[in-house]
This record gives sequence, C-alpha cells and structure tokens, in this order.
Amino acid sequence: MPFVPHTPADVSDMLSAIGAGSIDELFDEIPEALKAGTLHGLPAALREMEVGRLLTERAAADGRLLNFIGAGAYEHHIPAPVWAIATRGEFYSAYTPYQAEASQGTLQLIYEYQSMICALTGMEAANASLYDGASALAEACLMAIRAKPESRRILIPRTVNPVYAKVAQTIARHQNVEFESTAIDRRTGRTDPDALKSSIRGNEAAALVIQQPNFFGNLEEIDELTDWAHANRLLVIAVVNPTSLAIFKPPGEWGSEESGNRGADIVCGEGQPLGVPLASGGPYFGFMATRLAHIRQMPGRIVGRTVDTEGRPGFTLTLQAREQHIRRSKATSNICTNQGLLVTAATIYLSLLGPEGLERVAASCAERTESLVQALTRIPGVAAAFETPRFHEAVLLLDRPASPVLAALAERGIAGGFDLGASHPELGHAMLVCATETKLDQDIDAYARAMRDAMQLPRGERGRPRRHHE
Amino acid sequence: MSEQVPEYLQYTRTHEWVRDLADGQVEIGITDHAQQALGDLVFVEMPQVGRELKAGEACAVVESVKAASDIYSPVAGRVAARNDELAKTPELINSDPYGAGWLMRVDRGSAPADGPLLTAAEYAQYVKEAG
Repeated sequence: MPFVPHTPADVSDMLSAIGAGSIDELFDEIPEALKAGTLHGLPAALREMEVGRLLTERAAADGRLLNFIGAGAYEHHIPAPVWAIATRGEFYSAYTPYQAEASQGTLQLIYEYQSMICALTGMEAANASLYDGASALAEACLMAIRAKPESRRILIPRTVNPVYAKVAQTIARHQNVEFESTAIDRRTGRTDPDALKSSIRGNEAAALVIQQPNFFGNLEEIDELTDWAHANRLLVIAVVNPTSLAIFKPPGEWGSEESGNRGADIVCGEGQPLGVPLASGGPYFGFMATRLAHIRQMPGRIVGRTVDTEGRPGFTLTLQAREQHIRRSKATSNICTNQGLLVTAATIYLSLLGPEGLERVAASCAERTESLVQALTRIPGVAAAFETPRFHEAVLLLDRPASPVLAALAERGIAGGFDLGASHPELGHAMLVCATETKLDQDIDAYARAMRDAMQLPRGERGRPRRHHE
Repeated sequence: MSEQVPEYLQYTRTHEWVRDLADGQVEIGITDHAQQALGDLVFVEMPQVGRELKAGEACAVVESVKAASDIYSPVAGRVAARNDELAKTPELINSDPYGAGWLMRVDRGSAPADGPLLTAAEYAQYVKEAG
C-alpha cells in the first residue's frame, strides 16, 4: 500500500460524489480580494544542495560563541546514545497514537518517564509532559485555581523567571485569574518574605509560586516559604530545574516536618536540561507532577500500569474522563498531547546517567559557576550581586550598563550572559551568567580575558571584532 | 437489568432524584437508570458545604470508567451536607443509588418553589420514551 492519502483517482471520485469540479471550487466562498496569489518577497526555490550551502554559510557567519547564558535554557553535554536511540524507528514518533493501547512500547516509555519525574520531584503522580516550562507554569496556576476555587489569585514573586510569569498571565488572564507580583529581597536575591506577608489578606490567594533555584540562580528558603503558604491555606506551586533535583531537596519534601503538611502541591518545570539541545529555543518539554489528592485537576495525558484480562501487566491511558475528548468544554485543560519525542530523549538521558550521573552533572555545574564568578569578580567593575547559596547561575553587577558590555563580549566570541536591565531594573546594571559542566577552565579563562578587555574599553566603545573560534 | 424508580421520590429529566426530608432539606442523588448508563463509578466531585446553588446549576461531577457527567441541582438552596463516604467508595452509587449512594443534602430555606419535578410515573415514562 502506498503511503499517499489520496490518489488523483480518489480525489476525482470524492469531488464527483459531492458535485464539485475541482479542489479550488471548495474554497469558492472566500472572496477573491482576500486570496494572495503569490507571496511577495519570497526568493526563487533552491535545490537541496544550494539550501545546504546557504545555511552552512549563514551558520559560519554567526560564529560559534562560547555560551554562558542560562536564564531558563541550559547547555549540557548530551551523550551520543541519547539521540541515536531516540531517533530509532521504534521511538521516532512525536505523538501518542490515537489507539494508544496498541502501542505498548510507547506507553511503557511514557510510564517510565512519569516514574522518573516522580522520583526526581518526590511527588506521587506525573503527567506525560506539556509543551514547555512556561506553559507548564500557566497550567499549574489554572490547576491550583481548580483545586481551590474560592480564590482566583496567584502570588508570583519577581524571583520567578519573568518569561514564565508573562506566559502564565497571557494564558490564564482570560480565565479571570489575577497575578500578584511580590518583591525581591535586594540583599539576598531571594523572595522577600515580608513583601509576601503583606501581599495577601487571609484566604485571598489560591497559590504561591516558588522557583528553586530562582531565576537568579539563588536558593530560596523553601521550607519557610512552603510552611508560610500552607499556614495561609495557599497551595504551593514549585518551579524547579530538573538537573538541580539530583542534589537538592525534592519539592515533595519542602516544608518543615512540624508543619504536618510537607511538600509542594504542584511541581512543574522545563525539561530541556535533560537531553534536549538548545536548538534556538525549542522544541522543549514541560513536566508536571502533583499529589494524588489533586490528580484529577492535572492537565495532560497520564499513562497507568494495569493488567489485562489474563492478568498480564500492561500500560494504558488513564483518568481520561478529565480530558477534552470526553469532558469537552469542561475538561481540566485543552492540552491533550505531550512532547513525545523530547520525553523519549529525556527518559534515555536519565536512564544513561542514572541518579549518580545526574548528581555529578549537577555538582559540576555548581562548581563551574563558582569558578566563573570568582574569575569574573576579580575584574574591576564586576561584582557578585548576592552571597546567597546558588546552583549554576549568578547575578553580576557591573559599574556600567550590561548591554554594551555583552555586545563587546560577543565580538570577542563570548555569549556572556542575560541582561537583566529590562526585566529587573531594580537590580541596577545586572546580568545573569551561567556555567554548566560543558565549560572547562580554559573557557572560563577566555571569558575572563574578554571581560577584562571589555571593561577596559572606554564606556560605549565596542572594540575591534574578533571571534573566539576563528 | 430492570431499573428501579421508587414511588416516594421525585425526579428530573437530567436523572437526579429528590427526597424531601422533614426539616426543609432535600436529599439528592442520581437514579438507577443514570448509574446503569454510566457504568462503574470511580470518582465523585462534590460542592463545598455552604455553597449556594441555583436550580438547574451544575454542582457536582460523577465519573465512571467511560464518562464524566455533571449533576444539576434540582432545587435552589444551600449545600447542607455531602456524602463523604463516596470519596472512598463511589461504587455505593452503583450498588445503592437511592440509599447509601446519596450525593448531598440541600437546605431550601425560604427559596421559592421550583418548577415541578417529575413523579415516579412521569420519570419512568420519560426514560422509556427517551429510550
């Protein structure tokens, strides 16, 4: 059977059955004035060889910057087997099949993935993934409102990734969800507990978002924040970096033992660090986990392990009654898909590294970032903004605006960091830097040399262009 | 399987039953016909006690292995009690829809009388015609 959906004969049969002369006739009701005959400005088609050459030249013109930018997407070493296995025919499908149970292998992989996310986060149930970290937070906020319908307000401190906060607001505001932003403690670079305490009265918010490590790489006082939220009858939404969970307390154990209500209620985050390449910003995947008590409010697909009529183990999509093909407009979410291929890569990545391997990656990232901060803060005009314990990112304060410095670094082959000027002007001339396990001593030295040059330039001058790998 | 439609209850076209309790409260559940159509129930989502309901308002969800359905309050009033046994054993609705499988009690207070509910005979006829 050819994998061509409709042969010319099929098309002509179908057209004659409905009395249409051509495919174009089916679109007759669109006024001519609205039809674009040609796309203006589109160059002539190129052959594959020509496209390959053009893109190779464009990539060379960009150079290969040494990357020290994190801010939500992280450059990690991806062992070669990850994508060699993920792209095998048995796995290489981006979608759960419609007759899902016919694909036991796909379902088992998703089940193993969910189990790994539960193990990392310390939570009871995980879904089969969402689009990315930012939309996962939006879904977590909507989920919190469903679980606690007496409030429609979410507290989202300015220590949370500003892109995540914006995406959550964009998605949720049309469902009458209000977001209240609370201040950063300027001394520690953490969520300001006093600002938080004065932000709500009584039972007026549904949930508090806690990002750990926070957007600045700093470690929040998660136990105190969790206890405070639960004492005020707020749910806790944890936004976490999955790599960091190899060395930090899992959200399922946040809060003090004496509180009697330990653990975040909803956990979400960006899965990209687990074997997904940076790839200019996507596709990535979001992960989400929760307590069993809230599982029916969780969006997305869930794979369960069960037995068939003969008692043999098998896998199935479960709790589908909350999904839109059954609940229609009353579904918990309009998300009914998952990022299958990326989840496959992440599952293989975690399987290959194991708990010890992931712990070594996380520890190496933390150590590399400390080396980077030490090297850069020896340069006059560069200081660490906070002395708070951190994971693999740090805020640097400069004696001048960050943007021209970053431009001068780029001309020296260094992608030096994320300019915080636009998102967090209250921090002053601040930029966010990150070093993962991919950065060797020589890379950190190269960054420090380039930074020394950039800081010696008269302010505003960008210096002579030079690329690192040329 | 034959469906029970007890004479002493009133009914809605959305398959809820209503039992008048002496103290101005009514007890609400789903009919034998409804539980048979839904199949094995696995979860019930209930309103908070104290919530004010309008007649006809979606106020609970019953979920079976194959579907999830809204429950519409047959009367206006305030939720006075809910059957928390169902959180652990939703199958009580299958085994005893008119007894241990009750969903909630609503305090009608001084709410005006609602549109007429169906008698057992009317409901049985309605189910038969809807076939």
